[in-house]
Amino acid sequence: MQKFIQDLITINRYQATDLLAVLRAVQTQYHYIPKAAIEQIATLMAIPRTQVIGVIEFYSFFHLTPRGQYELLISDSITDHMLGKHEMTAYIEEVLQVKLGEVRTDGLVSFDNTSCTGLCDQGPAALINGYALPHLTPPKIDQIADLINQKRPLDEWPQELFEVKDNVLKTGILLDHSLQPGEALHSSFKRGLKETLKELDISGLRGRGGAGFKTATKWQFCAEEQAAERIVVCNADEGEPGTFKDRVLLNSHAHQVFEGMTLCAAIIGAQQGFLYLRGEYLHLYDKLNAILNERRQLSLLGSNIIGSDFNFDIEICLGAGAYICGEESALIESLEGKMGVPRNRPPYPVTHGYLGKPTVVNNVETYMATATIAVNGGEWFAAVGTEKSKGTKILSICGDCDKPGIYEVAFGITIQSIVDECGAHDVLGIQIGGPSGTFISNTEFARKIAFEDLATGGSFIIFNNTRNILDIVNNFTHFFAHESCGFCTPCRVGTSLLKNQLDKIVNGHGSAGDVVALEELCQLVKTQSHCGLGQTAANPILTTLERYPELYQAQLKKISYEPGFDLDAALETARRLANRDDAAAHLTQVEEG
Amino acid sequence: MAKTITIDGLSIPFEDGQTIMQAASDAGVYIPHLCHHPEFTPHGSCKLCTVKVNGRNCSACTFPAMEGQEVINNAKDLNADRQKITQMLFVEGNHFCPSCEKTGNCQLQAVAYHLNMLDDHFPLFYQHRELDASHTDILIDHNRCIFCTLCVRASHEHDGKEVFAISGRGINKHLIVNSESGLLKDTNMTASDKAAHICPTGAILIKHTAYQVPIGERIYDHQQIDQVSLNSEQVDHDK
Repeated sequence: MQKFIQDLITINRYQATDLLAVLRAVQTQYHYIPKAAIEQIATLMAIPRTQVIGVIEFYSFFHLTPRGQYELLISDSITDHMLGKHEMTAYIEEVLQVKLGEVRTDGLVSFDNTSCTGLCDQGPAALINGYALPHLTPPKIDQIADLINQKRPLDEWPQELFEVKDNVLKTGILLDHSLQPGEALHSSFKRGLKETLKELDISGLRGRGGAGFKTATKWQFCAEEQAAERIVVCNADEGEPGTFKDRVLLNSHAHQVFEGMTLCAAIIGAQQGFLYLRGEYLHLYDKLNAILNERRQLSLLGSNIIGSDFNFDIEICLGAGAYICGEESALIESLEGKMGVPRNRPPYPVTHGYLGKPTVVNNVETYMATATIAVNGGEWFAAVGTEKSKGTKILSICGDCDKPGIYEVAFGITIQSIVDECGAHDVLGIQIGGPSGTFISNTEFARKIAFEDLATGGSFIIFNNTRNILDIVNNFTHFFAHESCGFCTPCRVGTSLLKNQLDKIVNGHGSAGDVVALEELCQLVKTQSHCGLGQTAANPILTTLERYPELYQAQLKKISYEPGFDLDAALETARRLANRDDAAAHLTQVEEG
Repeated sequence: MAKTITIDGLSIPFEDGQTIMQAASDAGVYIPHLCHHPEFTPHGSCKLCTVKVNGRNCSACTFPAMEGQEVINNAKDLNADRQKITQMLFVEGNHFCPSCEKTGNCQLQAVAYHLNMLDDHFPLFYQHRELDASHTDILIDHNRCIFCTLCVRASHEHDGKEVFAISGRGINKHLIVNSESGLLKDTNMTASDKAAHICPTGAILIKHTAYQVPIGERIYDHQQIDQVSLNSEQVDHDK
């Protein structure tokens, strides 16, 4: 192991910023990060061992204790639940003889939950040693179990097990206009970079990650900052449950995304770029690197790009299982080899970003749009959409509908048109913008997809009338508690309190006052949290409580007070010790009145 | 003409580069806080110092003072939220004031008194947390850690060491120490380190000094934290 780590770090000339890459390699090789490895990494990279441990314990894909040689993770997103996640979990436990959350005694396989893998249109999905396994079925699980038990290396597994589909079902101005590699750069240099930024301004393009900051303004701010170096970052940490459009864009339109990043670099004066790719999209890593190489061959990256004096290159950095890294300042921390904890703002990344350098962070779809605008002009783009939301939005539609997949729609489209188009029937409600967004009921379909009405980073999850709203809210609330980085008190403690309080109500232990307490807690977490995660973590509860208060009330017991714990369950240890299970060894919780 | 902001209607002067917290404490205005200490880089994590700046919630310890800001600090709704955040810190760890050596000298307890916290409000987590009594002179009781990172910052910024760090995610966050064994005795920490004396709660204690000051004669037994904080931190600031 000593040689493995020595070679890994010295051959790649890894710096402290590459800690995640080092840990990913060690985890892949040994299926955990041994203590001796921590010591060696800290010494070789000249960082405190506490930083190494901190990073290991922060990211879900790193472990201090051994996992199986085959690390099997099943996606725990609500969309996977709807497609049979529970049944598949039970089946896996049976055929692989391993319980969820455990390592099999022979150490060959471990099995656990993981947050949404971005395969919501082809779930239930899993990851095997980081690689995506879409659309699990019992026969597929049998096949996987055989391959594992025969200890067959992953590269010998049948390719069809890993086949991820694009499912593009509706195209618009972006997806219809594929560009030749270099087309946007040639157009921009010909027009002039300042003029191209002006076109971008005219286009009215706003960030596609969900927050909607005007892209031209962000680039302008960064360009105006006095600095020797600037950085371009593409946020491909698409972690919002129900979102998978960046996966498709990177799979089929990567040239255009990289071109947008290169254009940004030319305009703001950056030489270094990063694509921060979520760990769940490991299956795209080699393909994307090949495209980067192709672009270097084509003189679209590297030195003297298309014969100019402009130099720029892009590096792909993989995440390791942390939703919070989709927050731009947490993403930058992660790029620097640290825990993904959101920074205090100001200063903002456009002035102090990666290693303190002015940095533009944009979403995958945003960069793709900039490249298209550079070719077709701002007016062309602005002709589509609404006054405040120009252009189109690429939606990831999943859940209860006949045709889940990617839909490019013009901003301003009504929910009703989308519902009709994707073949959704008997709809109960729709989660728009993922758990951090809004749950709308079936009486609100006249509303529109737009920054001024229903903003979304792309997630669009449809629920029909067979679904239980409290199950959905419970899944989302557990998700946020799991993904809270723990930096600030209101989110660290608050998201776990929300989880416990909601569990209490959902499991029928709530009494009068518990819904009021839940709502108060929601407001506190929403208004006092440090970053967007905490500020939106209560949205699933708040948006459904507003629409379906009777659902919550119906869960409550008709008593004025219910203890926070289960009296009878608390006696279980005593019963086992006394070897008793008679009626007198049980207590009723509270006399029902 | 000095630049000014207003806090609760009062005009407060500030210098460029100062945070709202610094300007406030220089002017004798107390903003409740636990993770802030004037000698160290602000952290902004406890969220007790949240104030409304032109209507928007901001952490006073990290947010720069800027001409024309109207800051609301001592307001009923903000103090109610601060009380709840303090209650969160109490239920997250295991804080049993009557049996804690830090009682009366504890900032968490003093802030709770100041905010008129009368109960825990939230259900307790009863988290299992360890004690590290390995060091001859210093004790770590993880039950009382609130993740303010003051020991982390003091060790790094003042002592020139890296004894402490925060590890883990979400509710599983915990304090770790920089030694191969994971024990404090194997670090280069000494009782004279600033980091040994900075903990606002009873998570880091100096051994062999317990109860030398009797209960009833301790810092917050006769004074409120707003007064103590302003006196000590203004002095610190002038150094």
